[in-house]
Amino acid sequence: MTFSTQLDDLGIEKYLEKYGEREMLKLLTCGSVDDGKSTLIGRLLYDSDQVHDDVLEATTKASGKFGTTGKEVDLALLVDGLQAEREQGITIDVAYRYFATDRRKFVMADTPGHVQYTRNMATGASACDLAVILIDARQGVLEQTHRHSFICSLLGIKHFVIAINKMDLVDYSQDRFEEIRAAYTEFAARLQVPDIHFIPMSALVGENVVHRGESMPWFQGSPLLDHLETVHVGSDRNLMDLRFPVQNVLRPNLDFRGYSGTLASGVVRVGDKIIALPSGKQSTVKSIETFDGQLEVAFAPMAVVMTLNDEIDISRGDMIAAPNNAPTLTNGVEAMLVWFNDAPMKPGSNYLIKHTTAQTSATITDLRYRINVANMHRETVPELGMNEVGRVRLDCARPLAVDSYTKNHGTGSFILIDRMTNATVAAGMIVERKIAEDALKRRTDSHDAGSNVRLQDKRHISTEQRQQRLNQKPFVLWITGLPRSGKSSIAYELEQRLFDKQKFVQVLDGEILRLGINRDLGFNGADRWENQRRAAELARLNMTMGISTIIALVSPLGFERQQAREIVGDGFHQVFCNAPLEACEGRDTHGLYKRARAGEIANVTGIDAPYEEPTKAAIVLDTVNDSIDTNVQKILDHLSNNGLLES
Amino acid sequence: MTNYALSHLQQLEQESIHIIREVASEFERPVMLYSVGKDSGVMLRLAQKAFAPAKIPFKILHVNTRWKFREMITFRDNLMKELDLDFIEWINPEGIKNDIGPFKHGTQRHTHVMKTEGLKQALNNGQYDAAFGGARRDEEKSRAKERIFSFRDRHHQWDPKNQRPELWDLFNCEVQKGESIRVFPLSNWTELDVWLYVHKEQLPMVPLYLAKERPVVKRNGTWIMVDDDRMPLEDGETPEMKMVRFRTLGCYPLTGAIESEADTVPKIIEEMLRSRDSERQGRVIDFDEGNSMEDKKREGYF
Repeated sequence: MTFSTQLDDLGIEKYLEKYGEREMLKLLTCGSVDDGKSTLIGRLLYDSDQVHDDVLEATTKASGKFGTTGKEVDLALLVDGLQAEREQGITIDVAYRYFATDRRKFVMADTPGHVQYTRNMATGASACDLAVILIDARQGVLEQTHRHSFICSLLGIKHFVIAINKMDLVDYSQDRFEEIRAAYTEFAARLQVPDIHFIPMSALVGENVVHRGESMPWFQGSPLLDHLETVHVGSDRNLMDLRFPVQNVLRPNLDFRGYSGTLASGVVRVGDKIIALPSGKQSTVKSIETFDGQLEVAFAPMAVVMTLNDEIDISRGDMIAAPNNAPTLTNGVEAMLVWFNDAPMKPGSNYLIKHTTAQTSATITDLRYRINVANMHRETVPELGMNEVGRVRLDCARPLAVDSYTKNHGTGSFILIDRMTNATVAAGMIVERKIAEDALKRRTDSHDAGSNVRLQDKRHISTEQRQQRLNQKPFVLWITGLPRSGKSSIAYELEQRLFDKQKFVQVLDGEILRLGINRDLGFNGADRWENQRRAAELARLNMTMGISTIIALVSPLGFERQQAREIVGDGFHQVFCNAPLEACEGRDTHGLYKRARAGEIANVTGIDAPYEEPTKAAIVLDTVNDSIDTNVQKILDHLSNNGLLES
Repeated sequence: MTNYALSHLQQLEQESIHIIREVASEFERPVMLYSVGKDSGVMLRLAQKAFAPAKIPFKILHVNTRWKFREMITFRDNLMKELDLDFIEWINPEGIKNDIGPFKHGTQRHTHVMKTEGLKQALNNGQYDAAFGGARRDEEKSRAKERIFSFRDRHHQWDPKNQRPELWDLFNCEVQKGESIRVFPLSNWTELDVWLYVHKEQLPMVPLYLAKERPVVKRNGTWIMVDDDRMPLEDGETPEMKMVRFRTLGCYPLTGAIESEADTVPKIIEEMLRSRDSERQGRVIDFDEGNSMEDKKREGYF
């Protein structure tokens, strides 16, 4: 094996010290049998001395029966696995091969070129750092090259090796190589792949696979194996954003409560501040535990157990993140979907969604377009068939903590599972959402889980007609701030002033909501968000009636306010009642803060629940130094400047 | 660790721990199959790591055939006691009743009754919905395409054409009642990785892996160890003492030894790095036919 020289020089003990632990590279090979892919893999294994004698002997025997190379060993047979495919002469699934050099261990996912290529390639590509894409030098860049490249880039592979094979059949022509390289480079400009590397080779003869060979002196680059050994993939990992999906809660005894999980991204240190989602509760890291002892720091993709300094309620499916850098908590997910199932995907269908360690149900509310994998054109279609790729919108029963797939593979990916057959029917990659577009689109789609019903506009009276009748342009004013920061006082004074101006307006504050429509809700994270969601939905209904709404709610978290903005759409104006905690506590007429300080009640914002100051507020009010009248006038000025007080 | 990078062994370890935790969280009655071999030993250590400081939350099951090497059983009993694990052993009662053995009934029948059937019985008996196995994809060609989560129907059968796609580290853990999943946390490990890990972790191993003078006879070109007096010697056959060791462990009459001087783990690794023969060479069971392994797996063999 290739280890032997180092082994001879160092002896086994020193060798193990130096090479016992290496780097790992996961790669994907794509191409069809005709491109000589199996031969390439066989050559890679054979020339790097990874093939054992007994296996080689069996392969030589099989070459007579199945092989296509006459008396020579058919290297392609080294990598063929299952009986059915051997008989049919095709590869039918993803196969994994393993080989190693002193520097690196390689995990190679081998995926077929023809049947079900999309499903299998997506599966193989999901775990890989690098893709080897085969091109037959005689054929050049084909439609299948486009398909393979697109799927690899869709799955976020950042390193491509374009292996231009069968150079022996084009007389090792440099011109031919350059021609193909130029054609591919032009095509690849449409993909987002930062690193593309071209290697001319002949797998059959063994040129530029492991050994350089002598037929292409004009090629200055490294053979494939050298490149695989040295390509730098370490910086592909996301170490910026702490994302720790909780797998399990460990309670070996009454004194220990730990959360086990694998860091999807980022770094965590003992003492770091964390936020748990969806509850929004904050704490600090008390310890990082492993079987081999405690750690000061852990990073992706380490599997550890975390303990916290506060007893907050966290369970499997929750996400631990940094308070100042948290994922988006959302029920609505926009994603690219690869469809795996025989039965086509129709909008309106409901599935189980598995995202990190969380699982809930999700309805596909909209199929925006299908991507033609061959030419990357967007096509409007009623459904998505097997092996097709499309952009969809999903509505999840419970909110998920998501990032876009390009930023974070761990928190940006999901699978869909059929409830009846339990089959994995799709893989999804979450796309950054375009908020305004999204909110607009949302209004036309029903969120009725499990049904095919779409919201059709059956109304005879348009919103415009209502506005004309009421003689006003409706808006939603969302006032956020700590408890006792003066939100309600301002809201009711503003209502009076608008009423005086002949405007129709409704105030919704915590008391009105919680004593009526929301009396079924408590104060934990999910209920608090539902309280706000219903307020936003009521405001939206008011808007269609031509009526303005003033909402005065603590609404402490940025992403929750963002979701309210999305529900309402255009006409949403955020107001921030800025008053420091001491000032609010000073006005504690109902004894809320006092009781929270005494530990009698929990989940009081500012005391044991976080408040995130808004960064996107249209108006910031100083409710300590300015009077109510001054603040109300500020809001009226803003509305007037936006043309909302005109008749 | 300071450059925020993991070595290949660390990465493999973290991936396996993640898998073991997923299964423990999502399935109602998981069980870990323990074969006393090196792969099982590594898998057991990974399970300890997955739940520390808590205990492993599932049972450890050994499907015995009554023909394992004696040293394997001694090692197993000591380890289970030392680690204080929830251990159970299963031997096919039909096999005991009919005194099934490889010499009397032949290799195939012995393996079918004691291993394949015995395993199915044990899994049905415990109503397990997930069973961990220590198989690796590099062991044999038909394993190269097996998923980490391998879905089995009510009859424990595997359909190589109808496997669930596995993407990222998102595993579909949904099963109907009576169906189950075999889980292979070591799928991406190679034989070399396993030994490197044994060395790194200083894991205890059955001494049979290390070279020692042992009584053997040569049959069909393979050294077979005479482990007890149930082994009938053929005419003119006398056991001789040879420096041998085993690359895999199973039923002693079905497991070939290799001549070797490697009496420490580093020497085993060195021997492997220089070797030209694959690991399964010593397994009599694989020699039957080209696709024997795949056929056995369709029936429910691990």
